Amino acid sequence: MAASPAYGEEKGGSSSLGEPEYGHDPASGGIFASDYKRHDDLKEMLDSNKDSLKLEAMKRIVAMIARGKNASDLFPAVVKNVACKNIEVKKLVYVYLVRYAEEQQDLALLSISTFQRGLKDPNQLIRASALRVLSSIRVPIIVPIMMLAIKEAASDMSPYVRKTAAHAIPKLYSLDSDQKDQLIEVIEKLLADKTTLVAGSVVMAFEEVCPERIDLIHKNYRKLCNLLIDVEEWGQVVIINMLTRYARTQFLSPNQNESLLEESAEKAFYGSEEEDTKDAKAEAASLAKRKPYVMDPDHRLLLRNTKPLLQSRNAAVVMAVAQLYFHLAPKAEVGVIAKALVRLLRSHSEVQYVVLQNVATMSIKRRGMFEPYLKSFYIRSTDPTQIKILKLEVLTNLANETNISTILREFQTYIRSMDKDFVAATIQAIGRCATNIGKVRDTCLNGLVQLLSNRDELVVAESVVVIKKLLQMQPAQHSEIIKHMAKLTDNIQVPMARASILWLIGEYCEHVPKIAPDVLRKMAKSFTNEEDIVKLQVINLAAKLYLTNSKQSKLLTQYVLNLAKYDQNYDIRDRARFIRQLIVPTEKSGALNKYAKKLFLAQKPAPILESSFKDRDHFQLGSLSHLLNAKAVGYQELPDWPDEAPDPSVRNVEVPEWTKCTSREKRKEKVEKPFYSDSEGESGPTESADSEPESDSEESGSSSSSGTSSSSSEEEEEEEEEEEEEGSGEQSEDKEGEEEEEKRKKRKEKGGLRKVSPRITPPLPQPVPSSNIISTSLVTDLEGLTLTDTSLAPALLSPAFGAVRTYELLHRMAGEGLSVEYCFSRRPFPGDPHMVAVQIQISNNTDAEVKSLRVSEPKLLAGMRIQEFPEIGMGTVVEGRWDTVAALCFQRACTHTRHFYVSIQPPVGELMAPVFMSENEFRKEQGKLTGMSEITEKLTLPEKCRSDHAIVQQVTSAANVGRVPCGADNEYRFAAKTVTSGSLVLITLEWREGAAAQLTVNSEKMVIGTMLVKDIIQALAQ
Amino acid sequence: MSARCRSGWAPARPESAGTARADRRAVRRRLQPLSLYKLLSHRGEKHLMALRTKHDPSAPDPPVWKQMGHVPAAASSTATLNSSQQEKHWKSVVSRSVCDYFFEAQERASEAENVPPVISTPHHYLLSVYRHKIFFVAVIQTEVPPLFVIEFLHRVVDTFQDYFGVCSEVMIKDNVVVVYEVLEEMLDNGFPLATESNILKELIKPPTILRTVVNTITGSTNVGDQLPTGQLSVVPWRRTGVKYTNNEAYFDVIEEIDAIIDKSGSTITAEIQGVIDACVKLTGMPDLTLSFMNPRLLDDVSFHPCVRFKRWESERILSFIPPDGNFRLLSYHVSAQNLVAIPVYVKHNINFRDSSSLGRFEITVGPKQTMGKTIEGVMVTSQMPKGVLNMSLTPSQGTHIFDPVTKLLTWDVGKINPQKLPSLKGSMNLQAGTSKPDENPTINLQFKIQQLAISGLKVNRLDMYGEKYKPFKGIKYMTKAGKFQVRT
Repeated sequence: MAASPAYGEEKGGSSSLGEPEYGHDPASGGIFASDYKRHDDLKEMLDSNKDSLKLEAMKRIVAMIARGKNASDLFPAVVKNVACKNIEVKKLVYVYLVRYAEEQQDLALLSISTFQRGLKDPNQLIRASALRVLSSIRVPIIVPIMMLAIKEAASDMSPYVRKTAAHAIPKLYSLDSDQKDQLIEVIEKLLADKTTLVAGSVVMAFEEVCPERIDLIHKNYRKLCNLLIDVEEWGQVVIINMLTRYARTQFLSPNQNESLLEESAEKAFYGSEEEDTKDAKAEAASLAKRKPYVMDPDHRLLLRNTKPLLQSRNAAVVMAVAQLYFHLAPKAEVGVIAKALVRLLRSHSEVQYVVLQNVATMSIKRRGMFEPYLKSFYIRSTDPTQIKILKLEVLTNLANETNISTILREFQTYIRSMDKDFVAATIQAIGRCATNIGKVRDTCLNGLVQLLSNRDELVVAESVVVIKKLLQMQPAQHSEIIKHMAKLTDNIQVPMARASILWLIGEYCEHVPKIAPDVLRKMAKSFTNEEDIVKLQVINLAAKLYLTNSKQSKLLTQYVLNLAKYDQNYDIRDRARFIRQLIVPTEKSGALNKYAKKLFLAQKPAPILESSFKDRDHFQLGSLSHLLNAKAVGYQELPDWPDEAPDPSVRNVEVPEWTKCTSREKRKEKVEKPFYSDSEGESGPTESADSEPESDSEESGSSSSSGTSSSSSEEEEEEEEEEEEEGSGEQSEDKEGEEEEEKRKKRKEKGGLRKVSPRITPPLPQPVPSSNIISTSLVTDLEGLTLTDTSLAPALLSPAFGAVRTYELLHRMAGEGLSVEYCFSRRPFPGDPHMVAVQIQISNNTDAEVKSLRVSEPKLLAGMRIQEFPEIGMGTVVEGRWDTVAALCFQRACTHTRHFYVSIQPPVGELMAPVFMSENEFRKEQGKLTGMSEITEKLTLPEKCRSDHAIVQQVTSAANVGRVPCGADNEYRFAAKTVTSGSLVLITLEWREGAAAQLTVNSEKMVIGTMLVKDIIQALAQ
Repeated sequence: MSARCRSGWAPARPESAGTARADRRAVRRRLQPLSLYKLLSHRGEKHLMALRTKHDPSAPDPPVWKQMGHVPAAASSTATLNSSQQEKHWKSVVSRSVCDYFFEAQERASEAENVPPVISTPHHYLLSVYRHKIFFVAVIQTEVPPLFVIEFLHRVVDTFQDYFGVCSEVMIKDNVVVVYEVLEEMLDNGFPLATESNILKELIKPPTILRTVVNTITGSTNVGDQLPTGQLSVVPWRRTGVKYTNNEAYFDVIEEIDAIIDKSGSTITAEIQGVIDACVKLTGMPDLTLSFMNPRLLDDVSFHPCVRFKRWESERILSFIPPDGNFRLLSYHVSAQNLVAIPVYVKHNINFRDSSSLGRFEITVGPKQTMGKTIEGVMVTSQMPKGVLNMSLTPSQGTHIFDPVTKLLTWDVGKINPQKLPSLKGSMNLQAGTSKPDENPTINLQFKIQQLAISGLKVNRLDMYGEKYKPFKGIKYMTKAGKFQVRT
């Protein structure tokens, strides 16, 4: 039965039609045939004091609402029950209220106080649901109340309530957009929330209320990236889509070099190894117009953290990641999404439909990506037509010289399908393959010509249209086909096909001089019965024949033109008049006459058969707008990459932009607001996550909670500290932590090393010069390797070489007189061989005494450990140790009066210890670490580095490695083991003629290898 | 309505083929994991029957469940049974008339499955899914990832199925209040709130006869008044305080072969898609690990959120705290490099003769590469060309039906006995005067093989940590036909 008429009836009517059992449903209209009676009955039940009756009544009312019937006249009776104790009744009343409050605003106000009470309830579920309903009631008068409730809920203890607050924000916004500014404040606050429960909802609110305020995201960017995997799946979708847009505004295009290098880029081109070379060549490149591309670590962070989500069971999440990779990833990395998208093709047909649309767009741009999955797009006779057509589109996009024969074989099967729409689409697809791939053009053409004898007219018609397009490319060789088609005019009735044939004959009448006039004769006979498009083509044909073969066709042409002159369609009359003037010479005819032939028989460019999905990628993939190929309401344009990267430091105050290139060597400290450093700590650096073999089960949950807990404990600590140390009037400082190192700290009285060292601006990329002074003293100290315990002395040592680089942790200006430096002593940490020692030197540049230096709140990335050192005052030595692979980490250093935030980021080269091995051993180990584990990079050695000594010196300064003897004199080998995991790292530097050299690093830890290559190259290039 | 359209010009694919597929999917999703266990088998049976009855091709128009509302995510308004719909609104109220666009599209489409999942109207966009012969339609007003909505609608259907056993028109109608309550919890202002069935069931308890009786007497309700603990914990998919007297964990490894076999019997494409469905009834907070003998077989996997991804990456071990009850732990794809063993072959000889109105029809099904297991549940369906008026066939075993209206031939073969291969022979009557059809019909095959995972995947062991008791563990393998087509 037809659904639409029945459902249009507003009240009661639909139930009487054709649904016999409907009447048995107590909630439906059957029993209560008359509206008024029914409502009286319900009102009575609602007024009773029995919960069960109320419940029954509410259930019936809800059933009415569900069927779209109007239950609004019950409003007063229902709203009274909003305070009912029975929670089910209450919930149903909420449902009712939300549905009808907008219509009965005055009465709805009666319920508000109940919700306000609910907002204070100790039960978080009740607080949340009160806020939910309150914010869903679309009554403008209560906007201020809603605003207040949202603000309060945003600082609720329960994350569930905060989440509800986030949901309420867009509701209020849609009710009253004047509240925007206040709402943005709430959004800003909630964005800083560290629980995964809130993250998705608040980003949703952000997208709806203020998607243009991209600046709110900066500080939360890394946190969002890191939390992403633990956010619930729906939130993931929203966050990923938002971050895609964000990344497009903040980072540089990873494929920008492409335009410079044309298509020649090899696959690995954008790999991280490349970045190193770029660094090495920084000088030279700076002369070039465009700077070499280095992917922002934050950009990398996003790509890495989203990748595991391709494994999500939720198709929307997979699609979101896929579009993120498509829009943001370097070309070489986009391929990973293909497998996941193909997996989605197994899902429900609606999912397939959406995925295929997106695959179709992607496959135009990145054909190679889906080629291995060609067969997954083969069509089954049971697929719905729309799926078939999309698969066909994808197959066509994927066709190339190598696979075209298989694809055409498939197409042959499809042509015999019973689904004629699909057959027509297949013929179009064959046409497109033929245009794109020259070598199969003849095969396709022959196949299509055979189809001309198909019994199904639609098939024939479609073939004609496609053949016409193909013939235009090389008409001379195909007069046979044109003749064949001329014969078809007797049978074929589809106007488009007839028109196509006529056009072909007219266009190539010189190739078929005998047939063309005859066709015109036949068409002249049937002219009056043709469709308009056919008539127009008949006129065209006549005109063209007249120009090329006027002897035979003059009369016919005039006949046709005369018929056309009296046609009903003005377009045809018009055309006839125009053509007559143009081709038939009269005294009045103007200069154009001479050119008539040129006009009509000009070379026409062959049509290009293009995919309808071409250029769809200017819409963000996966969006509704992309699917519709039209801008949907509320669509946020995906911005183009910026030419210049905006300042990346906005995401990170502790680690300003320089760290991107020099992060290995410089740390910088600033005193930050607490919440800021929190987010920093969480957002850490990119490298560590990968290299950690960590799998532990709690991890997924803990990462989010750690943020919260650490911030709260921090506060406590602060207070404590203040009490303790009130009396002392000095300054102190302290240290913080890092991973994978042990650290030792030493400090000197003011005026010591500290003052001498000329480091003034922390961000200077090359700290080396400043370390000279220190290093001399260090070197001497080094000789007596036992400094660990007697840490008062400057205990820096580097077993193999002189210069140990020191890094500044806290500048004396920032530290209010206290300055801190650190270096990597490169000695085994006595307490734990899996830690790396970091030696810290603290200098007091003031006259005041410094007391109680300590690390107050180490923030370690997962897998890092720190060995705390006891509080120190002046003159004591502190030692700490850290474990695991490092990146940077920020902490608060405290003195009794001040807290400083500092961070240590060890260069990867410091996270290893030299091992000694023979040349043979080296070879053997190297043989095991090939393939993925091997990273090779070419570099140019600068003048001063072209000596054995210089090279060894530079390499060993960049990394804590031991030299391995080597037979060849232009080859240098080094070996080391990572401290934490003990994996071997092998370095080979081959010096070729001149300045050219090749660096090879073998390590199963690819991340370490990659970073090491970069560091070494940088060291050598200095 | 769809029946009427079907007879129109469009060379429609048989409706029943679609139906069969939809039903099969339903069976797969819900029943297979259950039906083999003694404990649960009665439930499984019931479903099967309920679904079977729906094979009736003359079934009434698919009902529409529409959800309306505004803006970004799904909105609201709900279902219809026959021509009546149910609706639920979020955000704001949308007039029912918006559905007219949907019905138009439905009328245009030759069959239900061809209704476009996304329909654009002047002010709204209608996104729909079609499952269990019901349309679920979401009405949205602004940009939102379409998969977001579609996936959500599917999740809604899954939840209904979970709550009511089957998701049918009648069920929805009878339980409209529970449906409403559940939907209310699932979506807030267009953003999904709680979609884990473990959490939902704590908020809104599923209706059972017992509970209804108890509620009537005690006046208690189906609605929970505490926030489900899972909602805030790091394992939101698991309820806390789970207690069982018998602790058991069952895992079903189910593999489906998708294949296209060409005329000559050679394989054009074949791949194996597998899932591991679990039914875990364990007390407390167990932490399970499941390891495989040959994990390298798994090429592409997608996990339930409970699975620890890193552990899989590094050790190829599934480590997880399971949800309570039934859930899909993993779906996987077996890497394409492995040749897929095709366990059956079909010999066919289907001829239309040009001159006469008679055609010959002959099919034989036989086993190959079955690793010694029996092939059962074999079912052959084939959509005959329009020109076929009737068929007179004799099966060597099983029963066959030819529907002269939809032109669908169904042959329920049952078990294959390798000594005596089942065959179906006979003739077809063609419409006189029309020329022979261009295409031979495609044969769709269904079958299943117990105790065999065709890819060779084997579970090595299942360990439990975190709880003291000894659970009963069970693993079952099964291979089935997925989309298995033979072109003739």
